[in-house]
Amino acid sequence: MINEGVDNSKRQFLTSALTVVGAVGTGFLAVPFLAQMQPSVKAMAAGAPVEVDISKMETGQMIRVAWRGKPVWILNRTPEVLETLKTLDSKLRDPQSLESMQPASSKNPGRSIKPEVFVAVGLCTHLGCSPTFRPEIAPSDLGEGWKGGFFCPCHGSWFDLAGRVFQGVPAPTNLEIPPYRYVSDTQLIIGEPEEGKNA
Amino acid sequence: MKNFLTVSLLMLSLAVNASESVKLDHADIDLTDKVSLLRGAKHFVTNCLGCHSIKHIRYLRIAKDMEVDEKLILNDIAPLGAGIYDQIHSAMNKHDAEKWFGIQPPDLSLVARSRGADWLYSYLKSYYTDSKRPFGVNNRIFQDTAMPNPFWKLQGEQEAVTRKTIYGDHTELEIEEPGTLSEKEFDLMVNDLVNFLVYVGEPVQLERRQMGKYVLLFLSIFFVIGYLLKKEYWKDIH
Amino acid sequence: MKTNWFTSSGNWVLDRFPLTKLWNDHMAHYYAPKNFNFWYFFGSLALLVLVNQFVTGILLTMNYKPDAKLAFDSVEYIMRDVHWGWLIRYMHSTGASAFFIVIYLHMFRSLMYGSFKHPRELVWIFGMLLFVALMAEAFMGYLLPWGQMSYWGAQVIISLFSAIPVIGEELSLWVRGDYVVSDATLNRFFAFHVISVPLVLVMLVFLHIVALHEVGSNNPDGIDIKKYKNEKGIPLDGIPFHPYYTVKDIAGVGVFLIFFATIIFYMPEMGGYFLEHANFIPADPLKTPEHIAPVWYFTPFYAILRAIPDKFAGVIGMGGAIVVLFLLPWLDRNPVRSIRYRGGIYKKALLMFVISFLVLGYLGTQPATPSATIVARIFTAIYFGFFLLMPIYTRWEKTKPVPTRTTEHHSIDEQLPALLEEITELKPATSEIDHVVFRSSFFSRRPNPTGIRHVLTRFAKKLVESLD
Repeated sequence: MINEGVDNSKRQFLTSALTVVGAVGTGFLAVPFLAQMQPSVKAMAAGAPVEVDISKMETGQMIRVAWRGKPVWILNRTPEVLETLKTLDSKLRDPQSLESMQPASSKNPGRSIKPEVFVAVGLCTHLGCSPTFRPEIAPSDLGEGWKGGFFCPCHGSWFDLAGRVFQGVPAPTNLEIPPYRYVSDTQLIIGEPEEGKNA
Repeated sequence: MKNFLTVSLLMLSLAVNASESVKLDHADIDLTDKVSLLRGAKHFVTNCLGCHSIKHIRYLRIAKDMEVDEKLILNDIAPLGAGIYDQIHSAMNKHDAEKWFGIQPPDLSLVARSRGADWLYSYLKSYYTDSKRPFGVNNRIFQDTAMPNPFWKLQGEQEAVTRKTIYGDHTELEIEEPGTLSEKEFDLMVNDLVNFLVYVGEPVQLERRQMGKYVLLFLSIFFVIGYLLKKEYWKDIH
Repeated sequence: MKTNWFTSSGNWVLDRFPLTKLWNDHMAHYYAPKNFNFWYFFGSLALLVLVNQFVTGILLTMNYKPDAKLAFDSVEYIMRDVHWGWLIRYMHSTGASAFFIVIYLHMFRSLMYGSFKHPRELVWIFGMLLFVALMAEAFMGYLLPWGQMSYWGAQVIISLFSAIPVIGEELSLWVRGDYVVSDATLNRFFAFHVISVPLVLVMLVFLHIVALHEVGSNNPDGIDIKKYKNEKGIPLDGIPFHPYYTVKDIAGVGVFLIFFATIIFYMPEMGGYFLEHANFIPADPLKTPEHIAPVWYFTPFYAILRAIPDKFAGVIGMGGAIVVLFLLPWLDRNPVRSIRYRGGIYKKALLMFVISFLVLGYLGTQPATPSATIVARIFTAIYFGFFLLMPIYTRWEKTKPVPTRTTEHHSIDEQLPALLEEITELKPATSEIDHVVFRSSFFSRRPNPTGIRHVLTRFAKKLVESLD
């Protein structure tokens, strides 16, 4: 026989209590299940900082290394290039690098710790293609306005040799500068921020 | 009925074969003793890593679990040039190993789970001289093992001495040439090493045991409320 | 009537999908017998374990690599490098063993209370098909870690197919995809284990429950509750599944999870029975381990296989041990369902069957020495005897009169306080912690050896008496 209305308040309370405990338990269980999808230690290991020896770099040379699966460019900039950079401000979308991603040590006109060595993530900030390195002045396909820089073939974005994006191209921000520091004058470590400074 | 059960139980006892095996020494495993584990890690790198990898664990994991600085692991324990994220590989390559030992020394990451701590502890202490073997040693726990004795300098050299007793022949291992460590020191060393290998077998085991009590507490609360709810509803039923 | 957005969107769905009808037919107005006892928890628990295997299984496939060169290492990668991977792995491995414990107890309930008899033969058939599918799923899943036991266990069992005359060799080759268990075998077992058999399992669970709900559940007294209904057409001994059994099953889940969690967090290997020691060694096709034994839940059938001296006959025997279970509804000639009212002969036979199952299970874990084989043969005979002699001994059973309505039995939670009082005695309070919580008499109780002996002898006496 089933009686109606027998101590409904107690039933309500216990049901609510059980629901709450059950929900908490489900939450506790969900945490490992969702966290499981986070990058594993193996992925972190693969993303570990990369040491680069720049002692043998020639002037004007660019080398590429992989860090976290992404291309990172290290470019040895000549004094002429550094001079040219100062003249481009009016053509750039964000010449002071206010909108783009770079560590504090690279928030300067040359966007690097040492002006002669430029380090940047070699991926276009539009949709992620890797731009080509075009250091030559005024080539036939790019025209007179090209003073040396990086050209993205996917949708035609222009970046100067400090990775700063030009106006009137699809890419919204300057190239990303990764955290890096100098272990010695000839050794960089990409992926490690400068000690004591905000990355 | 009763007779049948008795008979079948007796037959069952026949079916259980008492195996002829050497009694194992008991290893004192304490994974909360981080100092012992770190000593064991050092012993492993010094005596074992030359041939045996423990490739499923990384130096970083050891640093984290032992709650020591990464630099300490890299400077004091890991071999020179190791990165903190590196898995612990041996320098010995397969080709050379097969030429020298006939078999590649197995990776030891899970040996504590497949063999057991007591077996490992006893094995490492049970080498004795045997001129018939290629490396001049044999092992009482693992007859005709292809592995040489990594501890002959530390433990010393043991002989298998057989004595006649009223129970039959009894073989003991006795140290003929003492090594640089006393028996007690050597036992401690092997114990630390086995302790470390048990840790490497499953680094998360301490953590999961600690977590377990909170999970059980939570589930008990869940059960108690669920049970009270059930009793409340079942008051309706007669 | 002004309805809020929530209610009106709910109504939108209900106008287009028979959710209310489904809920009523299968929960709120599905009338189950009111006398379900301990043995009736295992159906819902089996469903819980199935869901567990699904969820943890899918998470494992995110990181597991079904390649002979990578599989073993990928499992260790999950155990160490994947965040919480160890928990998911243990939930899956413990779940597999828990599944079989739950299912064996679930099946045993049916043997005790005659749940396989008319009109529930189809429920039983679907259940048996589920059992076969579960065994296939577990067998293929066990190959995936690619340890020594995985490899050699699969090698031995698949080579059984070659015992079948004429087509045996070709069949084994086709199952393996190679001349020995290899990467090809691993890949296809992965595909079957992750998707084909789970789909079959889900379909069969659906069919099993639908068939059950069509005829209604059996009960520990084995009586037909639909015989006596009230003026509204509701069985007098029936209660709606929701809320009474939903709430009871939730409490049951609570108890089960406590056991489940204890194993996962404190003893996931279970002494080498849930995670076998030899399986922590990577598969080596050139070296067979000293003792090959299947996982504990297959050992009774393995013992039967080994007991029969001929290879093909052994395979037939092992298969026959399952087939004979399918035939159960037609072997048992007695219309009385529940063991409570059956003759002593069936009770003794069932007890012998249980003993033979447990003994065979034990023997399956041990090496096949001559004396062990003799014992295995005896108990194989008993196992088959239980079924094959059933048409004879059930026809002439002296059954007791079956009641018309369900009977009252004290539930475990009602008996527990009295039982606890009997096996413990009150000693002066010796608790070191002087706190109000610890001052109650509960903490002053110590085990009472005489009390325990009394309870055990009483239990044994009751068991022997019940066999008549």
